Amino acid sequence: MKLLYFAWLRSKTGVAEETLSPPPGVTTVAGLIEHLRARGGGYADALKDLSCVRVAVNQEFAELDQPIAAGDEVALFPPVTGG
Amino acid sequence: MIKVQREDFDLGAELSALGRGNLRVGGVASFVGLVRDIAGDQAVGAMTLEHYPGMTEKMLAKIEAEARQRWQLEDCLIIHRFGRLEPGERIVLVGTAAAHRQAALEACAFLIDWLKTKAPFWKLEETAGGSRWVAARASDDEAAARWSAR
Repeated sequence: MKLLYFAWLRSKTGVAEETLSPPPGVTTVAGLIEHLRARGGGYADALKDLSCVRVAVNQEFAELDQPIAAGDEVALFPPVTGG
Repeated sequence: MIKVQREDFDLGAELSALGRGNLRVGGVASFVGLVRDIAGDQAVGAMTLEHYPGMTEKMLAKIEAEARQRWQLEDCLIIHRFGRLEPGERIVLVGTAAAHRQAALEACAFLIDWLKTKAPFWKLEETAGGSRWVAARASDDEAAARWSAR
């Protein structure tokens, strides 16, 4: 699974992109976020308030209960501010 | 048509090309977004627009498709820049061409409202106090939501 981080989620985690083999049991966006939070440090800080985190799975907006699989591209970012 | 690019664009040339040669077009509407030199009470020296390559183009194409479904458009253009931009520089152009003004004007307003809440771009402002990520505004969500009830 490819993980991407944008804007302050990238600054806080210190990572723009990483490859992750999701452990068994991580089957949804929410499960993935829990897994990343458990790493602590910048990850826990970046993901502490999900009201200001948006998720895309395979470049489509996704909710926390959306299923994810090994080959997916999952992006974590703040609410968008373009235009 | 969707363009996501670092470089500036020629406003006159882009608007002239919109619907050119199509004699059903009776009106062209446009919105141009620029970098302001102030945000709240802080002077802004520049801003950097970051985006999600791939998803950005997909979302903009979806927004264009939605506009074409809601209004009878003869042509439609979205250009959005990324990278470092200084005050006064153009960020975005939305242009629509239709037989009549109402469709062109409404679709143009719809496109920029939806773009601001759905296209994956983020602004990092440079101020005297350092760099800060711009926070999303509730008023932008409200502006986008007014099109949902239709």
